[in-house]
Order: sequence, then C-alpha cells, then structure tokens
Amino acid sequence: MSSISLRKIKKSFGALTILHAVDMEIDKGEFVVILGPSGCGKSTLLNVIAGLDECDEGQIVIEGKDVSGLEPSGRGLAMVFQSYALFPAMTVRRNLSFGMEIAGTPKATVTEKVAWVAKLLQIEALLDRKPGQLSGGQRQRVAIGRALVRSSSICLFDEPLSNLDAKLRAETRVELKQLHETLGSTMIYVTHDQIEAMTMADRVAVMHKGKVEQFAHPQSIYEKPASLFVAGFVGSPAMNFLEGRMDDAGRFVTADVPIDIDGYAFEGARPSGEAVLGLRCEDIVVVEPGTPRSVPAKLAFTELLGADALGWFDCLGKRFSVRLGVEAARSMHKEVGLRFDMAKASMFCAVSERRL
Amino acid sequence: MSTWLNRQAFRPDVTVAVFFAVVALFFYGSILWTFYMSLTRSTLIPNYQIVGLDQYVKLFTNQRWLVSCLNMVVFGVLYILGTLAFGILLAVLADRNIKAESLFRTIFLYPLAVSLIITGLSWRWLLDPTTGLQALMRDIGWESFTFDWLTRSDRAIYTLVIASIWHSAGLVMVIVLAGLRGIDNDLWKAIRMEGIPLWRAYCQVIFPGMRPVIASCVVLLMSEVIRGYDLIIAMTKGGPGISTEMPAKFAVDFYFARVNLGLASAASIMMLVLSLIMLAPYFYSEFRRRT
Repeated sequence: MSSISLRKIKKSFGALTILHAVDMEIDKGEFVVILGPSGCGKSTLLNVIAGLDECDEGQIVIEGKDVSGLEPSGRGLAMVFQSYALFPAMTVRRNLSFGMEIAGTPKATVTEKVAWVAKLLQIEALLDRKPGQLSGGQRQRVAIGRALVRSSSICLFDEPLSNLDAKLRAETRVELKQLHETLGSTMIYVTHDQIEAMTMADRVAVMHKGKVEQFAHPQSIYEKPASLFVAGFVGSPAMNFLEGRMDDAGRFVTADVPIDIDGYAFEGARPSGEAVLGLRCEDIVVVEPGTPRSVPAKLAFTELLGADALGWFDCLGKRFSVRLGVEAARSMHKEVGLRFDMAKASMFCAVSERRL
Repeated sequence: MSTWLNRQAFRPDVTVAVFFAVVALFFYGSILWTFYMSLTRSTLIPNYQIVGLDQYVKLFTNQRWLVSCLNMVVFGVLYILGTLAFGILLAVLADRNIKAESLFRTIFLYPLAVSLIITGLSWRWLLDPTTGLQALMRDIGWESFTFDWLTRSDRAIYTLVIASIWHSAGLVMVIVLAGLRGIDNDLWKAIRMEGIPLWRAYCQVIFPGMRPVIASCVVLLMSEVIRGYDLIIAMTKGGPGISTEMPAKFAVDFYFARVNLGLASAASIMMLVLSLIMLAPYFYSEFRRRT
C-alpha cells in the first residue's frame, strides 16, 4: 500500500497555474526528493500535501485516508522548514514538547519522546538553550527533532539544508539519510540541489512548470532522462546537446554532418523529423583525428578538477564538455576527433521534448 | 577621490563640534541650571544663594505634588496597559488579512495626527454630562443614563486614560503590525502544522519573540506619561479640585503662575530622576544584550 498518493492535484494562484494535475504514488518508507528549479511548483506541492495550501482540484490520500479537506495538524504529518521556524522564546525542550502539550499528550509520554529524540539527534546538551543561542546546524537538528516527535512515520522537508554552509550541508545530508534508514519513515524532501537529490533519494521527482517530468530512481534520471528539461537540469556539467534531424537512412544529421546512431535503443520505432541528441561528458571519447565514426573537434581549454578533468571542445558548431583523465588532459592535442557512445546517449523529439 | 576630499575645506569634526556645543549648552546646560535653581530660594527672579535641599523637602510635603505623582502612576499604568492591549489587538486583527486593511490602519492611526489639545477638547465635549454623551442619551429617551466621570473627582483621571488610549492605540498598532509583518512565514506554517490555536500562538510564540518591539512601545508611551501636560490642560485643567494634577503641570504652574522658581525646578529635577528610574530596566536589558 502506498503511504501517500496524490491524484490529479491542481493549484493556481489567480491566472497563474502552479500545479497541472500532479499524480504521484509514494511508497511506505520511501525517501522521495522533489527536485526542480525555483518557481517550478515544488514547494507549493509540498504545502498542498501538508495542508498549508488548499489545492483547487484533486485528492490527497495519506495511508488510505482522504485528507484533502483536513487541517495540517490533522494529517499526521510533520514538516521541517528552510528557516527552521523554531519558536523563538522557548527553550529547545519546550520547542520539542509544545506541540504534544497542545495535543494533550500525557506528561510522561512527552518526557519520554523528548528524551528519545534528543538522544537520537544528539541534542541533549542543548535542551535548556533558546534557539537564538544555537548555530544554524544545531537549529536544524532541533527543527528535525520537533518534526520527529510529532510524527516519525511521514516527514516533509522544505529545502532544509539550504541555509547551512557547504560542509555542514554535506554532513547533515549523510545524517538525514542515516536517520531515514534507522526510522524507516516516509520522507518527502524538496530541494533545488541535485546533489542532495542524487545522494539521498530512493526516487526523484523532477518538476518543471508545475508538472512532474520524471519520477524515477536517481540513476535512471541521470542515465535515461525522460525529457529534454530533465536532461539539461540534472548533471554537472550540463549534458551536451546537438540539434538536428533524422534522415531517411535513419541517421542523425546535424550541421550537414551525418552521425551514425547505431547502438541507441529507441523507446519506440525509429522516428523521423527534428530531434536533439544529448551526450553526457563521460559518454564522449577523444580519439585520433580522422578515426572512423568520429567527428573532428578542436580543443578550446581544459579544466582540472582534482580527481579528473574537463576538456572543452569546439565541434559541429557547438562547445562540448568531455570528461578526461588528468594526464590525458595535460597532453591533449589541439586537433582531435570525438566519438560518441550511442548506447549511453539520449535522444529527444525537438517538438515534444520527450525522450525518443 | 581622496585627493578631491582632501582639497575640500570640509571638516566633519568642526561641524559636529558645533552641534554638540549647542546641545550641551541648551540641553544639558539647562538641566544643570535647573538643578542649581532647585537648590536656591528663587522666586520670580533667580537667586544664586544655595540653601541646600529645602525645596525638595517642601516639595515632598506638598499635598498637591504628592497627588500629582500618585495620579501619574495611576494614569501611567492604566494608559500603558490599555494602549498596549488595544493596539496589539488592533494589530492582530489587521494582521489576519482583513479586507481594506490600509483603510482601517489609516483610521486608527489618524488620532495620532490630531494634537493633544484638540483630542482633549473633543473628549471634554463628548464626556461633559451637560453637552456630551450623557445629554445625548437622555435626549433620546434614556433618562437614567449617567456618565459623569469627567466631573467626579474620583473618576476624572480615568477619562484622561480613555482619551489618551484613543490617541495612542494607533501608534502601537502600526509598530506591532510592522513587527508581525516581519514574522517568518515558515513560523506560521510550523504553528499550523503543530495545530496550535491562534490565541496561544500569539501569546506563547509570536509576542514573546517580539519583546524588543513591545519594549520600544512601552518606552514611547512612558515618555508620553511623564510629559503629559497638554491633554490635562485641554480636558480637566487638573480638576475637579486637584484630582487630575500631574507633575509636568505642577512644574509649569509653579514656574509661571505662582512664580516659585526654586520649587518648580525641584519638581522638574524630580521628574528627570523619575524618568531615569522608569527607563532604567530598558537600558539595563539593552546593555546586557550587547555585552
């Protein structure tokens, strides 16, 4: 049984439609990341799930119960916010217990739960401090703690790490992932950071303009992006794109140069018409100029990244990024050939922008 | 740029020094002179012979001064609490996304634009039993209606409280509303997630987090209390009897009407001391937070 199902969720603010009929099934215990650029509707979607925003149409079912009309507090969810949203005048202990106190939980249970969560998140030493006396990372722990005492079965996260510095963000990312494994709870996590999405998620929902473009395991999002947007948004450096068309011989032609695409597994029949060929920087091999099945390219510059390097080549009127070994990058010739690994490439229809 | 600056004859230190000199002379100088006068037996014209604390002894055996001080305490406590309660209530209502909020904000802020003299006169007419509310109610048939606080010596002080609350509640409303607008939207979301009832959210989460804002309001209102003069002149002239006398009015009366420079100066100095005592907790907490 799925933990949360969203059915045809629609939401607009005035004339502006934020969510176009979003459907999503989230399994029990799953860590789902909703990824997208700002303004794609991901935070609105989370608010709609939480009940902080009403949806115009559609149904939200949480653990078999339709909660569409319920108040946020009646949905059995907990939420962690980007700015932590701790109660400023209360101690950490009271921040953790206040919600339970409101709900009329017996005192003994409250004490027990606060102790449990404080131990779990290692914030026992902070219990008598006020939020103003805590660092950003500590505040975030308390915010997570407040969510966990409320409901450890379903937890929503609204960009919880974006106010932390890079090092702390990386640490907290790992801890959150471990927490998820310890508790086995369902987590929905909104972010614009693709590294968070790739590292933490069981499944990633990539959103664009109020639609879920693809909802899949992070690796398949990376390897087999379902649309041109997903291909361009996920991955750093961005995927290399070549605009062209399919000719009668079944080849891909760009800038009057035909490229053999044997080895590419099309989703359906081999298509015709305008198309876009997408290649990750690691799916391009540098070869001697003039090698068969390669295209001539000219090295523009290289970037050393420590573990490996990036070569930037001018080829077919475009600039291509290619992942190189550090040694290869140092001794790279100016004139080379590039060969594309078609088995790992992606092709998209230029009109519908969907994967071919 | 720096050479251009150097070529200018502009000397910030000189400019500021002049300003400071003016402040020192007319502000602190006047305070010192007043203090000096309070140690003398001056009446109409200054007398420079120091006689010690005689005037202070006279002051604190003067029934009218003691009544003034007591009145100030009663008025101050009721006025500050009332204005805060009313202003905060208005701010909360305005914060609940009501329609035509800016219209209401203008309406409630408007009294502040009215001078205290006009406020006092209007309320005097309104509360005067022979011309105001009481007369109106009796005219339309409610013969037994009585509201004569303005003319009763044990109640007149409360009419001052009502008029001043009307005058200042708008100010508190705007300041508190600005504070409420600064509350992080995520905090409201967290409150809704936890299912905290609205009144508890305000009382236990929002307002405790807005202590500096409320402290600023209290300080502003305190200064109104201490220098309260024009409203009393317009509304009650200190009466009936001496039931609504206040320290500032006492000082002005003794300076100009009763030409007792020494006693009036002693009263002024006591007002200064009183202000410092009242503001001390505020400065203390501010200072402690800095260090």
